[in-house]
Amino acid sequence: MNDYPDTGGPRDRFPVTRLSAVIAASSVNQEERARAFEVLISAYWMPVYKYVRIKWNKPSEDARDLTQGFFLEAIEKNFFHRYDASKARFRTFLRTCLDGFVANENKAASRKKRGGDATILSLDFDNAEEQLKLGPPPAANAIDEYFEKEWARSVFSLALESFRAHMLGAGKEAHLQLFERYVLDDDDESKVSYKALAAEFELSTSDVTNYLALARREFRRIALEKLRELTATDEEYRREARALLGVDPL
Amino acid sequence: MRWLSDNAVERLRQEADLPDLGRSKYLVIHKVGSGGMGTVYLAQDMDLGRKVAVKVMKVADSTGSLASRMLREARIVALLEHPSIVPIHDVGSLDDGRVFYAMKLVQGKRLDEFASGASSLSDLLRIFQKVCEAVAFAHARGVIHRDLKPENIMVGPFGEVLVMDWGVAKVLGGGHLNSARPSDDEIEVRAIDDADLVATLPLAAGNQEGDTSGGTVIGTPAYMPPEQAMGKTDLLDQRSDVYALGAILYFLLTGRAPFEFTRSPDSRDEAARERPPRPRQINQKIARAIEAVSLKAMAERREDRYPSAEQLAGDVVGFLDGQPVSAYRENIFEKAGRWLTKNRFIVLLIVAYLIMRVLVFFSVGR
Repeated sequence: MNDYPDTGGPRDRFPVTRLSAVIAASSVNQEERARAFEVLISAYWMPVYKYVRIKWNKPSEDARDLTQGFFLEAIEKNFFHRYDASKARFRTFLRTCLDGFVANENKAASRKKRGGDATILSLDFDNAEEQLKLGPPPAANAIDEYFEKEWARSVFSLALESFRAHMLGAGKEAHLQLFERYVLDDDDESKVSYKALAAEFELSTSDVTNYLALARREFRRIALEKLRELTATDEEYRREARALLGVDPL
Repeated sequence: MRWLSDNAVERLRQEADLPDLGRSKYLVIHKVGSGGMGTVYLAQDMDLGRKVAVKVMKVADSTGSLASRMLREARIVALLEHPSIVPIHDVGSLDDGRVFYAMKLVQGKRLDEFASGASSLSDLLRIFQKVCEAVAFAHARGVIHRDLKPENIMVGPFGEVLVMDWGVAKVLGGGHLNSARPSDDEIEVRAIDDADLVATLPLAAGNQEGDTSGGTVIGTPAYMPPEQAMGKTDLLDQRSDVYALGAILYFLLTGRAPFEFTRSPDSRDEAARERPPRPRQINQKIARAIEAVSLKAMAERREDRYPSAEQLAGDVVGFLDGQPVSAYRENIFEKAGRWLTKNRFIVLLIVAYLIMRVLVFFSVGR
């Protein structure tokens, strides 16, 4: 049985009110819990996998198995229920749980395979492996920072996917294209100018300014919603928003 | 899910970080710089079609006091229509409670950055003269700046000078604001800017919001006069700014601030006692006269300083023109040296004439 069929991409099935998935993960309502775990796993599986590969120096197959095992155990034993927002950020708590989990697995002489090579959660480990090959691994004393960075990447990736879906659904394709061209297309340090964008998209410069302002506003709103889902308390949410986005949300 | 590069993540972060000025007439274009208290953005004024600088405070203004103070700053700056004083166009607040203000977009370098370039001393002194003149203008309107320092002065590409950040300025009793002026006769517009540069001492409760007469220390420790460092705000007047100008001159001469430490709130007495090294102890090439100008402006006792920024500027101009300065009594050799320097061309002509006469004398004698 797989209650969490595809966590590799964003889903906007979580209630519009954007309850905290961290809290909802402890809900007695089975459906709500399932949705909450889907949100949490979609944000955390990639950082967790990379962390296990690098911090614990696990080969790909073991890291896949451990990542699956970690989240399945989290669901089965509901150990996110133990999270106390007054003591640490959720991701710090999750990482502590993960370290404990991997250490326990290491202690077990023969770890029970979870269904052999069968995939229980649909996670795109091959993509994660490709990403790992793109750069040198972090230094041993920078693993914590690496996890934070990967978490931020994951949150922004999810936010961007939701943002795309939202803009296309709202008929703002031009806004989306302009935003992506301005923010994402160019790998150079210097951004393309508004004037150049205006010429490229056959718009006036003030239209470019307006389109980008709207797109930016929507992206920020969606990124904040994503953060709201991934934090337990208002205080944690604000702290994360300041740390990740540099903004002090309403 | 599309994988984002580090660069893309950083760019998305920057985009999300841009403030939402959605309900105002400004559209943010990009971030220009950030300080302890606020961040400055390049923005487009959609009504007037011009670029402006928008400074957004980092902290939400839950009580409305910050907005009120910034409005006061805007009013004070409105009193000071001068080419070297940057006007504030607008004050507003964001949906998230943060306050912003829009001001003229200033392009150029901060004086501390400009001074570290290849500028000659005479260029720097000409710029300093303009700073003194702008401050003198403000003083004539009853406004003292209270946070003068190289970081608050911009030098434009054509040598124009702009005195920035009047956030802790104070209107003295004789000053006047427009009809919306608050009732207090001493108006302090912003308690704190960069947290790392400004110390605040709640020595006694102010009698009302925005009033710092109760012993609050405002300003930048490295450049503030002793009376300001000790929180004696009732003693602050034009001569307090003269002290800061002297400290800026000290910086221009030596390349360092007079006090290269941050006075902590506990070091108020120490602040009154300690004296920085004389500029010539740092660089012996500095002329004694201009050193004396700097030290006179920075005198511990207010009575010993220049009574006005205008008189300080006068001495600087005098020094540049080879004139004696009021702050320094020259000996006969220095007078002669200064005269020779000033009249170098005439002296060279006389020497050439004398040499020619000598040559003629010996030619005829043979």
